[in-house]
Amino acid sequence: MSALTIRNVKKSFGNTHILKGINLSIEAGRFLTLVGPSGCGKSTLLNIIAGLESPSSGEILIGDRNVNQLSPKDRDIAMVFQSYALYPNMNVRKNILFGLEIRKVPKAEQAAIVDRIARMLQIENLLDRKPAQLSGGQRQRVAMGRALARDPKLFLFDEPLSNLDAKLRVSMRAEIKQLHQRLKTTIVYVTHDQIEAMTLGDYIAVLNNGEVQQFGTPDAIYNDPANRFVADFIGSPPMNFIPCEVVGSSSQGFGVKMTHEGGDFVLEASGDLKPWLGKHVVLGIRPEQITHVVTSRLDERGVSGHACPVHLCEPTGPDTLVTTSINQTKVLARVRPDTAGTPGQSMDLMFDMNKAVFFDPTTGERLRFQLLKAA
Amino acid sequence: MSKSEPLKIDAVIDLPDNNPKDTANHPATQARTEVAKRGRRGTLELWLPKLVVAPSFLLSLVFVYGFILWTGYLSFTKSRLLPKYDWAGFIQYQKLWASERWWVACQNLLLFGGLFILICLALGVLIAVLLDQRIRIEGTLRTIYLYPMALSFIVTGTAWKWMLTPGLGLEKLMHEWGWTGFTFDWLVNPDMAIYTIVIAGVWQSTGFVVALFLAGLRGIDDAIIKAARVDGAGTWRIYTRIIIPSLRPVFFSTFMILGHIAVKSFDLVMALTGGGPGYSTDLPATFMYTYAFTRGQIGLGSASAMVMLGGVLGIVLPYLYSELRGKNHG
Ligand SMILES: Nc1ncnc2c1ncn2[C@@H]1O[C@H](COP(=O)(O)OP(=O)(O)OP(=O)(O)O)[C@@H](O)[C@H]1O
Ligand SMILES: [Mg+2]
Repeated sequence: MSALTIRNVKKSFGNTHILKGINLSIEAGRFLTLVGPSGCGKSTLLNIIAGLESPSSGEILIGDRNVNQLSPKDRDIAMVFQSYALYPNMNVRKNILFGLEIRKVPKAEQAAIVDRIARMLQIENLLDRKPAQLSGGQRQRVAMGRALARDPKLFLFDEPLSNLDAKLRVSMRAEIKQLHQRLKTTIVYVTHDQIEAMTLGDYIAVLNNGEVQQFGTPDAIYNDPANRFVADFIGSPPMNFIPCEVVGSSSQGFGVKMTHEGGDFVLEASGDLKPWLGKHVVLGIRPEQITHVVTSRLDERGVSGHACPVHLCEPTGPDTLVTTSINQTKVLARVRPDTAGTPGQSMDLMFDMNKAVFFDPTTGERLRFQLLKAA
Repeated sequence: MSKSEPLKIDAVIDLPDNNPKDTANHPATQARTEVAKRGRRGTLELWLPKLVVAPSFLLSLVFVYGFILWTGYLSFTKSRLLPKYDWAGFIQYQKLWASERWWVACQNLLLFGGLFILICLALGVLIAVLLDQRIRIEGTLRTIYLYPMALSFIVTGTAWKWMLTPGLGLEKLMHEWGWTGFTFDWLVNPDMAIYTIVIAGVWQSTGFVVALFLAGLRGIDDAIIKAARVDGAGTWRIYTRIIIPSLRPVFFSTFMILGHIAVKSFDLVMALTGGGPGYSTDLPATFMYTYAFTRGQIGLGSASAMVMLGGVLGIVLPYLYSELRGKNHG
């Protein structure tokens, strides 16, 4: 059964169209992340799901019920806000209990719930403090506690971690994931951080310009992006986009021509690129698919080594990011630190074309090709 | 907010001295003269603000605190038309508290101050909440409400006097419109005249309260209201349980300001009723003025002034104390 269905939801403020027909649906107990750049309409969509704003057209279904006409309090949802939105005049305990009080939950039950939530989020010693006396991380926990107190059908999170420092964010991320595994409540989670989207979501919806660019599992989004926007937005450092010409390759297949200041070479594609032969496409290849040469892999299909000029080395610890330039485009490679070359000289890089993708140079849409049979 | 101002001033004064960066880039050969110059400039920069502030500091020392002390001393003498300096003990205070007129003034202050503050706050909060609903003509309305604040109490008093004088303003208008039975004689009725002062005071000061509360309301994060709606609270409960309670600091400062306006209300009474009919609308301030300056009873006037000062300090000191303590803890 699907826990949440969004059917052709549109939203305009006057003449500006913020959401242009959103369709999404997730089963109960799943974790959906909405990810996209700032201003793309993520919060607007979440507010529409919550009933805080109404859509210009389209339907929202929670469970099997159309909730378009229901007010937020009747939708059986709980929400965590980016700014936490704790009630400044109430202490932590009252903040957590406010919703229960309004719903006239018996006093004894309220006390039990506060105890349980406080233990779960480790905020027992903060219960009598006012929000102003809490640190950012503590406020975040209280905001979560307030949402958890009501055991709703659907949790909505609007960038709950974006005000925390990097380290706390990583640990809270893990906690949210654990919490979800324990509670198994459906969650819609808005973020503009693609790592959060990847690590947390069972499903990811990538939004841009008020449209869903792609809706799928993290694996599908990462490895099988629907267009250049998705490929660019997901992954850090981002995918390399190299404009190039499709040529016939030595082994009767097809390849793309790469040129740099030291000469040129052809990267063999695994697909049937015949329709684009002689035309220009954009090759998308992630930095981790351009590495130092591992001799034993060189005879695999689609794997080849080429000398490339090194422009810049950026050690990150586990890997070093090597910048080179191909077809007048900056290209990042991810190599083992001890193999990294020196800027100004060239080093051998191994290109793995098996996960490479191609895009239409004008529309940015993904070009899909049939796999060629192994020669 | 104003709490941190003294600190900021200190910081500005100290800055030139604690900032070695501005010489750091100079070549070594110039360094020594530079340091010497900077030393001289440093002391000047350190002293200049104090020098600039000094005259006004001196003036306020003499004309505010000096005269408070002088008034205090006079209240213990038998001064009448001219100051005398022979110590007479508490004789003026005894006279003061035995005077019926002084009691009327004190009761009037309680009545006027209480009603004035209460009605201003209630009306101000109500109008601010209504304006906060983001209605279209908000800008115009805000100007209308704030406008009276730009007038002096004298103008307010005079205008309301015209309007409320029987046979001249409101009453005449009603009569001309054909409602001949209409009477509104509060201004000349000793039992009701004090309420006309309340009306004029409220009219003048409500807009200011509205502006303060509107600013407070606008400062509240929208997400808090959204969160409350998701929690199931209706508009009434959102305002009564969350928004208005979190405006407590605004209530507090508004209360202080209105209280202070009430205590020093002098011009309003003078222009509107002149303290009359009889002395039925006397406030301590008009009492003090009458005795000290028109009736030649400087000693008694001074005693009443000292009692007023005591009253104001009684309100302000606990407030200052709690504010300062709050700052140290925060
Ligand atoms: N009440 C409104 N009137 C007009 N435009 C609005 C209104 N609310 C939002 N918008 C516009 O809608 C767009 C989407 O806003 P939204 O808050 O949904 O973005 P977002 O994806 O959540 O961005 P962020 O990551 O910065 O939070 C923005 O361009 C914003 O300017
Ligand atoms: Mg947002």
